[in-house]
Amino acid sequence: MLETIWFLLWGILWAVYFMTDGFDLGLGTLSPFVAKNDTEKRLVYNAMGPFWDGNEVWLITAGGVTFAAFPTTYAVMFSALYSPLLLILFGLIVRAVSFEFRGKVDNPAWKKFWDFCLFIGSFLPALLFGVAFANIFRGIPIDANGVYHGTILTLLNPYGILGGLLFVLLFLVHGALWLAIKTEGDIHDRGGATASKIWVVLLVAAVAFLIATWFATSLYNNYLSYPILLVIPLIAVLALLATRVFIAKKAWWKAWFASSATIMFTTLFGVIGLYPNLLPSSLDPAASLTAFNSSSSPLTLKIMLGVALVCVPIVIIYQIWTYNLFKDKVTDKDLSYDEAY
Amino acid sequence: MDVVMLSRLQFAVATLFHFWFVPLTLGLTVLIAIMETKYVRTGNEEYKRMAKWWGKIFLINFVVGVVTGITLEFQFGTNWSGYSKYVGDIFGSLLAIEATVAFFLESTFIAVWHFGWRKLSPKAHCVTIWLVAIGSNMSAYWILVANSWMQHPVGYVIRNGRAELVDFWAVVTQPFAVITFLHVIVAAYTLAGFFVLGVSAYHIVRKRNLSFFDKSFRMAAVFALIFSVATVAIGDLHGKEMAKAQPTKLAAVESVWETRKGAPFYLFLVPDEANERNSVEILGIPKFLSWLALGDSNAEFKGLKSFPKEERPPVALVFWSFRIMVGLGFLFALVGFIAWLKRKKVERANPLFLRLLTWMIPLPYVAASLGWIVTEVGRQPWIVYGVLKTSQSASPVAGYQVAISLAAFIVVYTLLGLAAFYLIYKHATKDPEPLAESSA
Repeated sequence: MLETIWFLLWGILWAVYFMTDGFDLGLGTLSPFVAKNDTEKRLVYNAMGPFWDGNEVWLITAGGVTFAAFPTTYAVMFSALYSPLLLILFGLIVRAVSFEFRGKVDNPAWKKFWDFCLFIGSFLPALLFGVAFANIFRGIPIDANGVYHGTILTLLNPYGILGGLLFVLLFLVHGALWLAIKTEGDIHDRGGATASKIWVVLLVAAVAFLIATWFATSLYNNYLSYPILLVIPLIAVLALLATRVFIAKKAWWKAWFASSATIMFTTLFGVIGLYPNLLPSSLDPAASLTAFNSSSSPLTLKIMLGVALVCVPIVIIYQIWTYNLFKDKVTDKDLSYDEAY
Repeated sequence: MDVVMLSRLQFAVATLFHFWFVPLTLGLTVLIAIMETKYVRTGNEEYKRMAKWWGKIFLINFVVGVVTGITLEFQFGTNWSGYSKYVGDIFGSLLAIEATVAFFLESTFIAVWHFGWRKLSPKAHCVTIWLVAIGSNMSAYWILVANSWMQHPVGYVIRNGRAELVDFWAVVTQPFAVITFLHVIVAAYTLAGFFVLGVSAYHIVRKRNLSFFDKSFRMAAVFALIFSVATVAIGDLHGKEMAKAQPTKLAAVESVWETRKGAPFYLFLVPDEANERNSVEILGIPKFLSWLALGDSNAEFKGLKSFPKEERPPVALVFWSFRIMVGLGFLFALVGFIAWLKRKKVERANPLFLRLLTWMIPLPYVAASLGWIVTEVGRQPWIVYGVLKTSQSASPVAGYQVAISLAAFIVVYTLLGLAAFYLIYKHATKDPEPLAESSA
């Protein structure tokens, strides 16, 4: 029971990370294409300014919880995904410092360099998280000792690449909507139009992913055994459709919330389908790591559950407070203050 | 080089680099919080300018600390999967708790502080910097509890082929952890104190913005004195705790080869590892080492030779790191005291002394790095002292993968370090903005 609770919390934490940092990663990837001049670039940075750091802590928590609740999975998963994970980390490093460093030197080459860092440091993690999770859904070649028999190219199979593409597109729409929410004028219009355009591609990718999942993974088994669970992918699909409806109505906040729900429930669709596996082995089903054979002791799970039940709601409350505090559009006046990026 | 050695080097690079940014974060938040509190209490705009100006340096420094911390958390899995499997039940939970109770607080409210000057009342804004200070210091506590467990494992049993938690309270409150935390915190505050002293002295020598930097200097002088003295005192307690918990580290730190009662302390010695002796031992104080480390001048001090060779840490590196760290610790207390004496008429202080303070800024960084070398290299060959060897802990990854990632770490971190240093230098040598703008 404890293992199942932690399995769910594990999935939810990753889903929350993708939902929150997803718009930063998406907008960072879009930045060279939607921001035409220095002022617009600064608007992009400042639209994410008060949020990216708090969002990234969900990743640290998701990683920490993988370590704490399922140490064997943490060990095998992270060492098997060695190269993509380090690329993600280097990406996140250059992305984060580009916020703080870019505006500190008034030199076009310096700014260009950090603009590129923001782009690549957003795009690479978005893509590779998708590739990694698609491969987790599909199973990776690990043996009973948790040794990975493959290379980074093993992960770049068609389903893995489709997963990467799906994540990038989800985040791009999410980020474009955030830009529409946080800005006004030309760049606001561009944000809305971009979200609208990319949504079509996203729809195609999402349908392809749902179909490919049938052939490439065994995620649907759980759904066939318990059809009630189909409500999860159903919510994901409805949320995706709702995103389009709200985009058409120019209801940006609603569209963004719908996009949040899409990301949340797409991730959960995969996670629930995996259960009880955390990391299936494509070599030997018996070598798969599950919530039961890779978990921590009941005592640790209980203590951690206590901490999570007390602290996570508090975190959610103060993060919502922060979003509310900085919900207004970033204006030229905001850019004139010395603390602006 | 094998995977273990490459992974150790990579971890050393990643940790030492991370800890060039963490101490300033820990100490400077508290100083900035005090500045802003003074502003709220007195209404004196100068304190607000101080909080903002030092805050800019803080933010540059903070972001590098944040991003380099994430790689540390993930490296336990990528490079040390044997370790992670074996101790995740205990160690993993401490990291997860750190993120949940402390890091969220720190990261969320630093953004509120950064962007919230016009959104919040002065009082509420001041609260946010205190929340950052509390968050970062709590964060340090959990990380150091985790590290202390590697130094002195308690509250566990070996079951199901791994270490499993049986007493969470014992892990979280063991004296070794509390003393390690205090040592690191006071050292970090010392570093921050000397940083602010050095930067303020740079401006005072040039007679620029005297009122602004006088105030900064005074606060930092009090800070540097209190915490450098505390570092020496708590460092001594930490040493005694280490003597009880880690006899092999103690022997290496003091480079003592033969076991003897009433061991003398040599003010100068040179270890000779190959021949299992010291090639130079001069200025000995009889029985002082036994008294210093073990609290009894006749106590038996266990030498390195009483441990099997394969259970001894590298001696010279640990010994020199420890000696230089301790020497620097005393230097900080002395200079901190002089700075404190001069704090009220600092613009008339000897310019040479002020310049010295500026040039001293790197030294606490050196001392902190050396402290970590003593802690981590001195624990070898164990990754968890007496329980699990480092050689059994690495991931089953290909050597070339680690070699490439190590090279990438060195390149990326060097560029990152240079950029951060340049930006901090650029800002620290710049005049603070005039009053009018900051009251907008």
